[in-house]
Amino acid sequence: MYSYSDFDEAFVRARVAQFSQQVGRRLDGSLSEDEFRPLRLMNGLYLQLHAYMLRVAIPYGTVSPRQMRQLALIADTWDKGYGHFTTRQNIQFNWPKLPDVPAILGALADVEMHAIQTSGNCVRNVTADHFAGAAADEVEDPRPYAELLRQWSTDHPEFQFLPRKFKIAITGSPNDRAVTRAHDIGLRMHRNAAGEPGFEVMVGGGLGRTPMIGITVREFLPVADLLPYVEAVLSIYNTLGRRDNKYKARIKITVHETGAEEITRMIEARFAELRPLFGGNDQKLLADIREAFAPPAFRNAPVDAYDAFYKADPVFRSWADTNLAAHRNAQYAIVTVSLKAHGATPGDASSDQMRVLADLAEKYGHSDLRVSHEQNVILPHVHKSDLPTLHATLFQAGLGTANVGLLSDIIACPGMDYCSLATARSIPVAQELATHFEALKLEHEIGPLKIKISGCINACGHHHVGHIGILGLDRAGVENYQITLGGDGTETAVIGDKTGPGFAYHEITPAIERILRAYLALRTEPSETFLQAYRRVGLEPFKAALYSSEGEKDAA
Amino acid sequence: MNRRFTPKVVTANRLREGDVVYLTADDRWSQLHNEAELIEDEAHAQLRLLHAAAQRRLVVGAYLADAKPGPNGPEPTHFREEFRTRGPSNYNHGKQADLAN
Repeated sequence: MYSYSDFDEAFVRARVAQFSQQVGRRLDGSLSEDEFRPLRLMNGLYLQLHAYMLRVAIPYGTVSPRQMRQLALIADTWDKGYGHFTTRQNIQFNWPKLPDVPAILGALADVEMHAIQTSGNCVRNVTADHFAGAAADEVEDPRPYAELLRQWSTDHPEFQFLPRKFKIAITGSPNDRAVTRAHDIGLRMHRNAAGEPGFEVMVGGGLGRTPMIGITVREFLPVADLLPYVEAVLSIYNTLGRRDNKYKARIKITVHETGAEEITRMIEARFAELRPLFGGNDQKLLADIREAFAPPAFRNAPVDAYDAFYKADPVFRSWADTNLAAHRNAQYAIVTVSLKAHGATPGDASSDQMRVLADLAEKYGHSDLRVSHEQNVILPHVHKSDLPTLHATLFQAGLGTANVGLLSDIIACPGMDYCSLATARSIPVAQELATHFEALKLEHEIGPLKIKISGCINACGHHHVGHIGILGLDRAGVENYQITLGGDGTETAVIGDKTGPGFAYHEITPAIERILRAYLALRTEPSETFLQAYRRVGLEPFKAALYSSEGEKDAA
Repeated sequence: MNRRFTPKVVTANRLREGDVVYLTADDRWSQLHNEAELIEDEAHAQLRLLHAAAQRRLVVGAYLADAKPGPNGPEPTHFREEFRTRGPSNYNHGKQADLAN
């Protein structure tokens, strides 16, 4: 993986020193909170409901075992022994104390990590397909481009005060696992007729208050044009973006108000101006970066032991069926480690679990770890013969849950258990859904299903693109949950449809059960997934199940 | 005509620790909601809020939160404020743990 250059190292260290002094000045009273707040946000430090929260970037979701161990150390030393992995491939510590934050940032810098640009109206952590460099369906590893974008956007003087935050996601595969269509800029790699790799550039996607799917402004962008083109998009946005109204400030509104054709024309015109200014140094840098992402030296060994174990052990088989994905090397598998044990907090890992993951990555995973926007941890390169041992160790550490892609593999934002913006809780809703359906032993029968929960309209939990989306609101001083159906965050992205009136906290699990029982009753065959069935029959049968039976709850 | 003033407490987060505190009638910051001063007069509420906001080395983000009288002192009326008196629901962390010790 990429290692910091002297420049990166000096920049991050300088920022730690700077912020340490700023914290000192805040504590001695020479800075007011109004003065300090933008400074702490620039360094990822929020003040939440019950405590401070430090958001640390995991660029394109790639983390080394050494870094993972350091995150565990930080959790043990300055927090409460765990970390929360988020939908933006960040990790959040929920309990740091202000005087300790400089030391935490120092500990992060020791392993080439930081919290810079994880908040504020700037280009945020660039996210990527968590299977990058391993997926069987991949055109090219997108991470060198993500790293190039990271270096370009970090402390970029023109883009530190954008109208609003700006999120870029990139995938190297036709199967979009990075939700690129719901980002300010989405980049999807594919090949042109000549076989050359390039990007489809999508602009103006986003969830939140006004959910929108991005429009394609360029069908095929040669890889060498990436930086000038992205710079052109940001430049246009920086000029046109609405600074007068926070709720209309994202680029999706700019795209909508300007019109797809006109904004495409403006971007292309700006690109024509910028392109000649890029003299080729970006491509030299990219070449260096590429070397850092060379594939590991894959082992060539028999996989008979895996096949035999798969046949013999039903627990292992169940886990292999849900948690493994196809690797481009047929002897290997991509392992998704579920951070969604039934009843646990989605995305949380204890410091002990982080250390187990680090050890396993070193022993069996070519020292590579990823965090996914779906709040799980990935071991992207595991030889199949090592899977039985790996699974046994995961199982002992409480990390062996076989539910990836199933009902209980729920995305949930921190909600009103932590977040000061939240209007309702998310985590306990996820916990209740997972334990309820586990007790019914229904989730394998239901099959592939993505439930996504947000505790406010800002949609950190991606509820709009959940097959079932749940949005927690405050309705007249009571938690109320609105349901959307049929959302999709992949290459066939679509925003889900609202079913109608919301449900109280204690009504939401029974409501979801009614939807899923209706699905089981109406699917043509077990292989028809919830999303396929929804696309076939539409909202009405689910609405009927959801609302008409409300009065007969006791009979159900 | 004056609308009836909903009683308030002054609440904030401590600067160093970040935890939730309430302004008491004798100018302390208490971790307990029921020790807060229940303010029933709007003008007095504004004065108390100014007093809180001036303590910038101690607290952050002071605001007035709705409250009601209870047998042991003021109680929150909104679920958000109720959560703030306790901590998160997924772990025994925050006030619910700190105050039990």
